[in-house]
Parts: sequence; C-alpha cells; structure tokens
Amino acid sequence: MQAQLTQPTISKKTRRELLWREVKKHKHSYILMAPYVILFFTFTVIPVFMSLGISFTSFDLLQPPRYVGLDNYTKLLLDDDVFVIALKNTLILAVVTGPVSYLLAFVFAWLINELPPKLRAFMTLIFYAPSISGNAFLMWLIIFSGDIHGYLNAFLINAGIIDNPILWLKDTNYMIWVIIIVQLWLSLGVSFLAFIAGLQSVDKTLFEAGAIDGVKNRWQELWYITLPSMKPQLLFGAVMQITTSLAIAEVSMQLVGFPSVQYAGHTIVTHLIDFGSTRFELGYASAIATLLFLIMMGANLLVRSILRKVGE
Amino acid sequence: MTLTFQKKIKSALNFKKRRKLNRSKFGDISLFLLLLIFGTFSAYPLIMTVSNAFKSLDELFLFPPRLFPRNITFDNFRDLSELIGNSWIPFSRYFFNTILITLSGTIGHVLIASMCAYPLAKYKFPGRNLIFTLVVYSLMFAPQVTATPNYIIISRIGLIDTPLAIILPAIASSLGLYLMKQFMQQIPDELIESAKIDGASEYRIFFQIVMPLVKPAWLTLVILLFQRLWTTDGGSFIFSEELKPVSYALRQIAQGSIERAGTIAAVSFIMMIVPVTFFILSQSRIVETFSHSGMK
Repeated sequence: MQAQLTQPTISKKTRRELLWREVKKHKHSYILMAPYVILFFTFTVIPVFMSLGISFTSFDLLQPPRYVGLDNYTKLLLDDDVFVIALKNTLILAVVTGPVSYLLAFVFAWLINELPPKLRAFMTLIFYAPSISGNAFLMWLIIFSGDIHGYLNAFLINAGIIDNPILWLKDTNYMIWVIIIVQLWLSLGVSFLAFIAGLQSVDKTLFEAGAIDGVKNRWQELWYITLPSMKPQLLFGAVMQITTSLAIAEVSMQLVGFPSVQYAGHTIVTHLIDFGSTRFELGYASAIATLLFLIMMGANLLVRSILRKVGE
Repeated sequence: MTLTFQKKIKSALNFKKRRKLNRSKFGDISLFLLLLIFGTFSAYPLIMTVSNAFKSLDELFLFPPRLFPRNITFDNFRDLSELIGNSWIPFSRYFFNTILITLSGTIGHVLIASMCAYPLAKYKFPGRNLIFTLVVYSLMFAPQVTATPNYIIISRIGLIDTPLAIILPAIASSLGLYLMKQFMQQIPDELIESAKIDGASEYRIFFQIVMPLVKPAWLTLVILLFQRLWTTDGGSFIFSEELKPVSYALRQIAQGSIERAGTIAAVSFIMMIVPVTFFILSQSRIVETFSHSGMK
C-alpha cells in the first residue's frame, strides 16, 4: 500500500532503474533459481498454455496444426457419448474418494497421534506404505478376481453368501466400487503425513489451557484446539486429495482394463490418454486436458476459499 | 494468594493426568478397534504380496489363503528370472536403466529444487511472488494435464527415447520445491546474516549452511521423487527396448491371468521393498518436513 502511495512522485524511468537495481542486487538469487525455473516453465507453465492453444486446432504431429475454432469443444461436449460417461465416472470417483480419503487421512492421523511413539511409527508405516508400494495394488487383482480362486469370491462362496463367483472387474455394477476401494487404499499419502506432522506440532500448552478453560473430552479438544491450530496443513492436504481424486486413471486401467467393459471404469484422464497416446488426435486430447485443468483448478480454488472461511 | 498459587502448581503437575481425563475408556477402546480394522484392511494386501512371493504354486491356490507360507520357496523368483531370461534384453539392463533414471532424477531434483527454494524462502526480490504463486497453482492440477504438450516439447528438443525425457520433467516437480521452500523458511535469518558478515558468498551459504540444515527435507524429496521414478515404465517417451526401465519389463510379465499370481507377487515384492525400506529408515525426518507443509 505504501509503495503505491509514493509511486506517483517517481517517474517511470527511475522506477525502471530502481527495479533494475533490485534485480542486480539479487543476482545470486536469480542464478540459483535459474535451472529449476527454466525446467518448471518448460514442462509445466508453457504446456498449460500450449494445451489451450492446441485445443483450437486439429493436430496429429505429422502435419502442422490446422485451426478449427471451437470444434473440439463442441464435439467433446455435444457428440462424444464416451466423454459424458468419463465425466460422470470421474465426478463419482472424485466426490466419493476425495472427501472420504481426506477424512480417513485426518482421522487416522489423529488416532495414531495418541499412540506411544514406537507404535505410532509402526501404524504410520502401515497406512502410508500402500501409496509408495509401486505395483503392489495389483494384489487387488487376485482379491477381486472373477473366478472361484479370487479371495473375495472364495470367501463369499465358503460363507454361503453367494453361489456363483461374481465378475467384480467385468460387471458394470461393481467396477466403479472396486476402483473406489483400491483408490481409497492408496490414498493415505502426502496429506496423511502432513496431518501427522501437523498434529505433532500443535502447541501442547494449548491443551493444558483448554483443560482449565473447560474442555471436557477429546471431541471438544479436537474441535476447539487441534483443528484450528493445524489449518495450514488441512489446506495443503485438501489440495493434494482433490488433485489426486480427479486424476484417477492408473488404478482403473490396471484393474478393470483399458478400455473397460462398457466404459464403466473410463475417466477423463483415461479418455485423454486414449486420444493423446493411442489415437494421436492431439487437438482433441488438448481440449480434454484443458477442460480437466479447469475442473481441477475450479474445484481446488472453491474448496480452498470454503476451508479458509471455516473458523473465522 | 498462596493457596491459589499452590493450586495452580498442583494443576500444572497434574497436567499429564488431566490429559488422560479428557479420554474416556470407552472411547479409547472403540477408537483402538477402528484402527485395528482399518489397519488390517491397509496391511492385508501388502502382507499377502510378500507372502505370495514366497509360496509354492499349490499353496497359492489354497483357500483360505495362508497369511504366511508354510513352505517358503524361491520358485517364483526363479520363474521370474526364467521368464526374463527368455527375452532378448538381459534383465540387468532394465535394472540399470531404472537405477540410472531414479538416481539422477532424484539427485537432480533435490539439488535443483533446493537451489530454487532457498531464495524463495529467504529473500524478497522482483518476481518472487509470481514464481511461488505459479508453483502453488501447479499443485492444483495433475501432471496428466500437460502430458500432450510435454510430448511435443520433448520431441522438439530431441530428447524422445533418452532417459532425459523422463528425468527432466521429474526434476521440475513442484511438490518437492514447495515442501523444501516451506521447510527452509524456519531457518533463522540471523544464521544467514552472520555468515554474510563473516564474508561467505551466497553460494557458500547455500551449500555449507543451508543445505546441511535441511537434511530432513532432502529425505522427503527423495522419497517423493523415488516413488515416481522407480515405478516409471517409460510410457511413450522411451520406446527402445534396451532403454526401457524395469517396471516396463515387470508389467509385461504381470499381464497374465491368475496363474501368474506367484510371479506377479514376486515382481510386486521387488518393486515395493525398496521404497518401503527407505521410508522405514527415514520416517521421523520425513514427518518432520511435513510439519512445515502448511498452506495459507
């Protein structure tokens, strides 16, 4: 604010000189930052704009892009039935796995925090390990396998609940739930660690003060003391979970196949992969990517502004 | 006066008991049960992966599946090496590719992201807010969004079918930079100021004072990038068979029916044991890093 008030008295030229002096003074900073910033712009910032640009063209890498206006978008939103399915699946997956994984990450972090240190470290490992275990989620292929050797089928048949094995990975009634379960299993990642760390760094004297001020049980303690003091971690965790839950693809492709039966496991990202990597319709793929970008940013900014207001 | 003071001291001494008082026994037990149930859900597939990797074929299809194999065999690993031995690329070559990609990507990321994080955390200069805002925004969309343009850029630079096509975008990963910058912010300014007074250059301060102080954050950046690179299969960026990483070869083998269950488990076991071991060894310092992960 102050700078703005004094600005009118300084001429444009001196302002530019002042800026240049600032830049020169921090020469070292710019040199240190250069390698990262160059890579970051090349592989993250510029591609977002490129994607937007290419989405208005028809482009297959072999011939130069040809401008087609909004054709890709109208085709995508009006003519592409598979995209409608993908959009629906993505939203179902995101609306379920996003909030549930966020809650689970927090609740488990909170419960673990009560345990003695050694047990706490062990339980942290148990919950975090799935997200760093590489291909281990393929184990679910055996658990959900459609024949009688699949663990779940064998269990249900032995228990007398079903007579014939269920094709969990091929039956459109179950596919999306299989993806949801496995995705939730994988979802205690970065935000879970952030919550554990956040809980450990809550000022312990606050609990003491709270107890004197009449906090009676663990729920009050959680609501009045713990949650408000770890708001930054909660915001960070929200961003992580939202982005992940809207980008589900790998689990779907590996478990229910690509393309899946009647596209029941198809998501925006698998649709994008289909057109980008398989059919090489890059203009169309870029339109999908741009829409996905807008959905992700929109969801994140919306949730962020809501969470910021909580407790204010 | 003295009485209330004594009371205060007493309540302070009783602090530990008081904390326990805020915990009902019923609550303790039910929450413990909850942890137990979900802990089992979380651990079961991993335990089965490890145990299946050491089961013989007839034990694999027993029901109920045994949590621990009765006869530990290495048959699955032998089958795996036979399957791989039949391909025309020696398996060691795939391993070498993965290790090359993972090591150089991880080291590059830790170094280059830290170099960028230091000025962002400790100095105010023109452009700083712009760059940090872009980094925070980039956390809000998944890398798949930029996959198509990335392919075009990488092919124009001429890096398609080289390890760099995988390594360079990974180095630019923004989560690592974000966490490193947040962590560096807690380094006291006085430390840097006094080093400057002693005549140390910016670069020396960075390498000799800042970097050793942020070791916990290194480990975090390592595990985040490790898990991304270790399981990469090269995608459409690497197509030469002799440059493909191990995950690609393993996936080819895993693409089978349930008869390959043992081999799949052996493969998954190899892939998971490395990052999990790393996490076990560095857990406390990784968690420490995340206490500074907060967003405003």
